[in-house]
Amino acid sequence: MAGSLTFALRRLLLAVPVLLGVVFIVMLTLELVPGDAVAMMLGEHATKAAVDRLREHLGLDKPLLVRYAQYVGQLARGDLGRSIIQNRPVVDELADTWPATLELTVAALLIAALVGVPAGVVSAVRPNSSFDALARLGSLFGLSMPVFWTGLVLIVLFSLWLPWLPVGGRGSLAHLVLPAVALALPSIAMLARLTRSSVLEVLHEDYVRTARAKGLQELAVVVKHGLRNALLPIVTLVGIQAGQLMGGAVLTETVFAWPGLGRLMVKAIFARDYVLLQGAVLVFALAFVLVNLLVDLSYGLLDPRISRQG
Amino acid sequence: MSADAARRFGRNRLALLGLALVAGLVLVAAAAPLLAPQDPVKQSLFEKRARPDAKHLLGADEFGRDILSRVIYGTRVALLVGTLAAAIAVVAGGALGCVAGFAGGWLDATIMRGIEILLAFPYLLLAIAIVSALGPGVVNTTIAVGVWGTPTVARMVRASVLALKETEYVRAARALGAGGPALVLRHILPNVLPTLCVYATLFMANAVLVEAALSFLGLGVQPPTPSWGLMVSTGRDVLLVAPHVATMPGLAIVVSVLGFNLLGDGLRDALDPRLRGA
Repeated sequence: MAGSLTFALRRLLLAVPVLLGVVFIVMLTLELVPGDAVAMMLGEHATKAAVDRLREHLGLDKPLLVRYAQYVGQLARGDLGRSIIQNRPVVDELADTWPATLELTVAALLIAALVGVPAGVVSAVRPNSSFDALARLGSLFGLSMPVFWTGLVLIVLFSLWLPWLPVGGRGSLAHLVLPAVALALPSIAMLARLTRSSVLEVLHEDYVRTARAKGLQELAVVVKHGLRNALLPIVTLVGIQAGQLMGGAVLTETVFAWPGLGRLMVKAIFARDYVLLQGAVLVFALAFVLVNLLVDLSYGLLDPRISRQG
Repeated sequence: MSADAARRFGRNRLALLGLALVAGLVLVAAAAPLLAPQDPVKQSLFEKRARPDAKHLLGADEFGRDILSRVIYGTRVALLVGTLAAAIAVVAGGALGCVAGFAGGWLDATIMRGIEILLAFPYLLLAIAIVSALGPGVVNTTIAVGVWGTPTVARMVRASVLALKETEYVRAARALGAGGPALVLRHILPNVLPTLCVYATLFMANAVLVEAALSFLGLGVQPPTPSWGLMVSTGRDVLLVAPHVATMPGLAIVVSVLGFNLLGDGLRDALDPRLRGA
């Protein structure tokens, strides 16, 4: 266990320069904004003196590298600055919204895993059956439907025509159903496809034939020998899907008025609140890096042959 | 494509369906003025939110504009942004990947650290960050989608170059005195091309989705240009009274993304049968 702890710590330290790079890229892109961002914030009737005062107040009169160094210094103390529009600490705004996004993405990831993986396994066990054909067709559509559109279609179906579920907002479990399902659909499709192909591949292995020859029940063969050995690529994909889900959350949160980080980010963009935007992007990137770290750590548990000297 | 690969492609019914869908899209985009029953930007207050009927096969939107005509013209925007973005991603990513893989050393390390940072942005967020800085519009959306696709291409090309660098024929060419650029352009790149083609086709599917998503958020293509994502977004405001305004344009997105996905899968299976179903 000590080994995996050092591994985790080392990977966590390696993530620091990546996240600092993310901050730099965001600041750099905002630097490239054509026109005067501060003047746009104040509107066309602002005087030059007012624009200069605000620029100085926001620290935007200093060169990019100086601002970057300052921001990183603040970051080290856990300070992400104050949002321009609300004049509240960005940390507070993020703290208000991230639980909602976590709830939504975790729910979607659970749905994706609980539907996608079993569907893929059944497809692999009965290839070219009618279930397999249906599942593959479903996956193709799942991958091709934009989540914001699926969300709206679900609202029409289950809030308008069949008034079963709320149109939007957050609160009860009923509020969570539609956004989580809309967000999960592409991931269900990806997982079902990958699970099918990797289980199909494993089921041709000699040890599976041996297990069958020993007289093991088919279910045990499929789960213990098939799925267990096909898990590695599946878990990797779950990690990648976490990133997809976070990006998709920006869209589903907008569709369902879900009070999360994604909606906050879109609001920040329209309000030209770059301090808030930086903070939101940083939290998303941090979460993505952490999920991938968890995925890497799970390799050792899933396959003891994989050493942790990475 | 070799005759062998072409035969495999021809036997794959889904791949042919994908090809037909993509060819259909190109045709619709090219012949939009001939196919569209009405002017895509003509407003008519009397026909505001008209339900689908004989005059408006897919209904009319908030401003009484014919949705079918707008969907047809929207094909141009989707294909234009998708193709140019794919070109940006393939050229920029290809160049970066070739240089990193071939040069090695500090140059490789620097490029790859940069790529890693870009890949730390979850999915859509890099495109959102870029377009929010550049501002909305067709050109900026294209740039954002292209840059968004670049790191993945670069990483893939680098891996192929690293593998090819050690093959015997590349070593032989090197022994015969072929220098860096010639080696890359004449011996390595042609072997990466099939993979790049497959990737570019599958990327088109993603590019259409990302363009639609950016436009849906109001960050991408701006009104009155008919973009599918934008049309869904406008329809959202009247979703509960006129659901067809938002849902119909979305079907166009589904069909085109499906087409590019099927075509890309088919090309991959045809060019590299070992990857079948992967």
